Amino acid sequence: MITAGIDIGSVAAKAVLFDHDTGRVLARRSQPSGYDHAETVRDLLAATATKAGIESGTITALGATGYGRMAAKNTPAFTGKSAARVVSEIRCHAKGAHFLCPEVNAVIDIGGQDSKAIRLDAQGEVADFVMNDKCAAGTGRFLLMAATILEMDLPSFSQAAASGEAIAINSMCAVFAESEIVSLIARRVRREHIAAGIIESIAQRAASLARRLDTRGLFAFSGGLATSQTMANRLAAALGGKLTVPEQPQFCGALGAALLAAEGQ
Amino acid sequence: MQLQSLDRVNNYFETNALRIADAKEKGNKVVGIYCIYAPAEIILAADAICVSLCGTKQDSIPAAESVLPRTLCPLIKSSYGFLVNDSCPYLAASDLVIGETTCDGKKKMFEIMAADKNLFVMHLPYDQASEMALTSWQEQFHLLVARLEQDLSARITREKLLAAIAVVRRERQALKRVFDSAKHKPAPVTGMQLLELAFKTSFLPDKEEGISLLNAVADELETRIKTGQSPFTDQTPRIILTGVPTGMGSHKVVALLEECGASVVCIDNCVGYKKTRIAIDAAPDASQDEIIAALAKRYLAIPCSVMTPNPNRFATLKELALDFAADAVVDLSWQGCHTYNVEARAVKEFVNTELGLPCLRLESDYSTGDSEQLRTRIEAFLEMLPGKK
Ligand code: SF4
Ligand code: SF4
Repeated sequence: MITAGIDIGSVAAKAVLFDHDTGRVLARRSQPSGYDHAETVRDLLAATATKAGIESGTITALGATGYGRMAAKNTPAFTGKSAARVVSEIRCHAKGAHFLCPEVNAVIDIGGQDSKAIRLDAQGEVADFVMNDKCAAGTGRFLLMAATILEMDLPSFSQAAASGEAIAINSMCAVFAESEIVSLIARRVRREHIAAGIIESIAQRAASLARRLDTRGLFAFSGGLATSQTMANRLAAALGGKLTVPEQPQFCGALGAALLAAEGQ
Repeated sequence: MQLQSLDRVNNYFETNALRIADAKEKGNKVVGIYCIYAPAEIILAADAICVSLCGTKQDSIPAAESVLPRTLCPLIKSSYGFLVNDSCPYLAASDLVIGETTCDGKKKMFEIMAADKNLFVMHLPYDQASEMALTSWQEQFHLLVARLEQDLSARITREKLLAAIAVVRRERQALKRVFDSAKHKPAPVTGMQLLELAFKTSFLPDKEEGISLLNAVADELETRIKTGQSPFTDQTPRIILTGVPTGMGSHKVVALLEECGASVVCIDNCVGYKKTRIAIDAAPDASQDEIIAALAKRYLAIPCSVMTPNPNRFATLKELALDFAADAVVDLSWQGCHTYNVEARAVKEFVNTELGLPCLRLESDYSTGDSEQLRTRIEAFLEMLPGKK
């Protein structure tokens, strides 16, 4: 049986095709979430199937998660089959991370507009979770905003940060942090130091979120920001080294959705 | 699921502001309160109509922010905004406003409000156990009696107090009957319906009318239970909502919980169940001072996060979790409410370890900007409950 998982986040939409008979991922794809989520779902499903070299008709079930999850519920690409199974991204990230790293007891995901720390039970199900409060500080959006001001993309931002010395970013609010960055630039602080400061501040926030969970175990770091080596290193340091990054962490939620789509089939 | 008796309350409420205006025309006095620490019985004994002024609407907040800091709790901003905009008929009608010094934000807001309203500040102690606290709270009650008598040209007597205590008790019992119907599994009523009812009946000038409306709702709900009607099933997760007050306009979390498939069986806050737990005992031959003392004692015991320590909040939660067969607890704080926000940690720990139930803590305000973020948290929380996977 082949199932698909789709994770429509506030920034990027990710899709995974999973073959339950072999227990392997057949294909992964991502694209910007865009404006029309239903269209994004259609495009992604078709493109992922092509990439895997299968007919999209052979996909048995679809799992959907992320902010655009409702758009996937009755996607026309899927007519004739049961509606997509809609699951929260917290459960999907937990499921995906547990599949990829069965040894972890907890997951940290830094998403576009939400950061979450999730504690897992022995079966890899969600036992408890905490999320950031209403503000965007400490989320992926915060980093993207900073990268835009510094005219860098995520890989170059991450690379620059690796050689920088973290300068303190004190603002608790994304909007104020933006003006803080602007004034750092005006003071001619080198951008690798600013980049390192941003990453450090996100890592500290994520770590304090994780501490609220009251778990001493090993964390998996999932989500798009986990592809940044500097981010992972800083977060690991903030957590005292108990962190592992699963393969292709940005697809963790979509993988979880694909795994959960199979349940009840 | 429509409830005829609830429709009747809604219809009655539509013209309620007019009813207050009529009553004022006939010479009746109106007293507004912001908090349930203010004793309704004493206000009624002064032959006045008692209305709740606690702000629950986003609309009035922008106006308040021209005077108050934006980071203040939305409840305080909303309450004050109604004064700035002159948009609350109940505030406008109030001959006297009682401002209880519960939290810092409120007491400083009352200082500003005092410029425009006839305000009586009730100084609430922060501890419930000491003799000193009780004595000073009693003194506040005596000062309130004197102020009401003076401002409203009223005469508060022993007999009037006893009569008021009896009426308020019957009103709270009627409300409790309605709330308690949700102890049945599955609940015959939604949390949103309970919220709407509790909110709307807190403005009615005629207590007897209110009591009969409430009892009619309770009757209809009890019939529903007998005939096995419910908007929910035995599998629907049963949630206790605890924390800050929620009214119409600040009902977002209750609505989201039920949209996501839960049944809010008990609203453990000041608009909801907390009110029904204030039972006053006064012997028929008690003197006026004894009655006032009994009232002060009972009101001081209300479990609010402004108290330190606040043991009754936890004891109550434990009782409610059992009585309502709750599957989980959701603890709501408003942004800028330090007391509920700080207490949230202890609540979560208590619910997890003492009650063995999952607990979700949420922090929000009156705007709808974070609805989708809240929905994500709520959906994930409900998925997490045993048997819901
Ligand atoms: S929550 Fe506390 S301050 Fe607010 S109305 Fe209730 S008792 Fe008063
Ligand atoms: S919710 Fe908190 S901050 Fe707001 S009025 Fe009540 S006690 Fe004060």
